[in-house]
Amino acid sequence: MVRIDGNGGGTSLIRVRNLDKAYVRGGQAVHVLRGLNLDVEEGEFVAFMGPSGSGKTTLLNLLGGLDLPSSGSITVAGDEITALSAAKLTAWRARHVGFIFQMYNLMPVLTAFQNVELPLLLTRLSKAERRAHAEAALELVGLKDRIGHYPRELSGGQEQRVAIARAIVADPTFLLCDEPTGDLDRASADEVMDLLHRLCADYGKTILLVTHDPRAAERARTLLHLEKGALVEAVKKHEA
Amino acid sequence: MKFFALIWRNMARKKVRTTLTIGSYAVALFLFGLLATIQTAFNQGVDVAGADRLVTRNKISLIMPLPVAYKERMLQLPGVKEVTYASWFGGKYQDDKNFFPQFAIDTDTWLRVYPEFKVPPAQWSAFLADREGCVIGQATAAKYGFKIGDRVPIIATIFGGVWEFNVDGIYTGHRQEDDVTQFWFHGAYLEERRQWGKGMVGWYVIRVKDPDRAIYVSKAIDDRFANSSWETKTETESAFASGFVKQMGNIKLLILVIGTVVFFTLLLVTGNTMAMAVRERTGELAVLKTIGFRNGTVLWLVLAESLGYAIQGGVIGLAAVKLYTLRGDPTGGMLPLFYLSAGKMALGLAVTLALGAAAGIIPAWLAMRLRIVEALRRV
Ligand SMILES: Nc1ncnc2c1ncn2[C@@H]1O[C@H](COP(=O)(O)OP(=O)(O)OP(=O)(O)O)[C@@H](O)[C@H]1O
Ligand SMILES: [Mg+2]
Repeated sequence: MVRIDGNGGGTSLIRVRNLDKAYVRGGQAVHVLRGLNLDVEEGEFVAFMGPSGSGKTTLLNLLGGLDLPSSGSITVAGDEITALSAAKLTAWRARHVGFIFQMYNLMPVLTAFQNVELPLLLTRLSKAERRAHAEAALELVGLKDRIGHYPRELSGGQEQRVAIARAIVADPTFLLCDEPTGDLDRASADEVMDLLHRLCADYGKTILLVTHDPRAAERARTLLHLEKGALVEAVKKHEA
Repeated sequence: MKFFALIWRNMARKKVRTTLTIGSYAVALFLFGLLATIQTAFNQGVDVAGADRLVTRNKISLIMPLPVAYKERMLQLPGVKEVTYASWFGGKYQDDKNFFPQFAIDTDTWLRVYPEFKVPPAQWSAFLADREGCVIGQATAAKYGFKIGDRVPIIATIFGGVWEFNVDGIYTGHRQEDDVTQFWFHGAYLEERRQWGKGMVGWYVIRVKDPDRAIYVSKAIDDRFANSSWETKTETESAFASGFVKQMGNIKLLILVIGTVVFFTLLLVTGNTMAMAVRERTGELAVLKTIGFRNGTVLWLVLAESLGYAIQGGVIGLAAVKLYTLRGDPTGGMLPLFYLSAGKMALGLAVTLALGAAAGIIPAWLAMRLRIVEALRRV
């Protein structure tokens, strides 16, 4: 269940309260988010839409602990991340968040396997365990046979699937996707959206997705619009 | 090291640039090794100087002699344990290029003052019994193929004529730094054959009983001969040797200036390379941080890369200079101790690491401070 009225109960995985974010540019404050509230339960698939510059990326960055709000709080699985120190926040990110970007952002010098293995280097897993996990993740995205390929040897859609494997390999609490199909053709975009849908439906992953593409947004269970710094409900397909 | 693959692949991504960077380190460290070798060679006298040895020479100049009679008078002074003397023969073997120093020595005392030189007792006895005998340092013997029993003609540029000597002994040194290029023969033989300057010797070497009192002994010696027609100047052996080095120009300063300029240039070049590398990878670094790489880890990744270039280049440069010095003195005798010591190699490696760290620290710091959100926005 997803709520934007700030009245979610104690069952929410993600709870955002009175979130404000302002950037100071040329001595002038630009208010991007104003008093934003959000509650997301585990296993939800939420899509955010909104005009360019409305603050979608800003919101995802805050949810992922990449940036700090001007005021307000974000609590994920009981941790108030907006109160964590920078070092703790980094460790929290490694443990709880999987990021997927529009531009895939793979390491060009590493193979598909090495890219997927990267987050596991931060864990205590042994080399053999890392190998097994990374291979399983690549298998899940259907790229087991591309294990030794470098990003430049893959198509855009394949690169994005490697990026998804990298995002899920450490089994994060939730996935944040910022326009993951923005750079892909229709077919590849559908593949990626199928994959995300499957991760939510079959593996119970909580997914928050920003997109400009209505077809992609349709695949989410809940669609929200970001307008004037706050969220408004759009077409609600069905209750969770 | 779990991150080795990432660091290694990053180093390999721009082959030309990496090669040039490693090459710069190699050239700089080769130069460092060469300068260190030359400096060691020039300073050998200073480095091997005995703490308990004084050198007494004519006050006016090193090339002016002193009376042989001073030996007994010096021995009477308190604090003096042993006195020996030598004279410079200044001969050449066959050719001007074949330089090695020949000393006419006081055979009675020489080895007692220079205990670091070893001559097999049988050879030394043979030498003492042979008026025309000589003892040659191992390096010079090896270089010219002199063997025991050989007869060696030396052209006497100062005293005239060709003097022939019998090789009775080969001496070795205790330590690698000991000068094993000298050629010794009987001071008595020189005295006998010389046409002029009889009764004179080149310089004295004194061993003192207590090194801590060396300065008082040296003053006592000079006071003893003050106002005579042959006044003396007595210094510790290391001061004497470094005075000798000074005569060759201030080599140390020169080496320091060249070294500093080279290393500073290297630092600018490699520092810039690392800065470029970090700038090009802004997005990738931000992604690593997004994934959960700590700031400290990112700092180390960049620093390790910088150190990686430095170590590879430094090892190549130092290995090359070591190989070069193994071929021996390139000047044909002017620098008898042309070798790169383990200590200087270690210093070279330390310098390499310091340079790698210095070149990498600012880019690494910038990478560490990189703010994810801003960096991702630029991608
Ligand atoms: N670091 C910053 N400094 C100043 N202004 C910023 C900064 N980051 C974002 N902004 C501003 O905040 C607003 C929201 O940006 P944001 O990137 O969140 O929008 P978005 O909804 O993701 O847009 P798009 O659909 O184009 O990706 C924009 O007006 C942007 O110019
Ligand atoms: Mg955006």
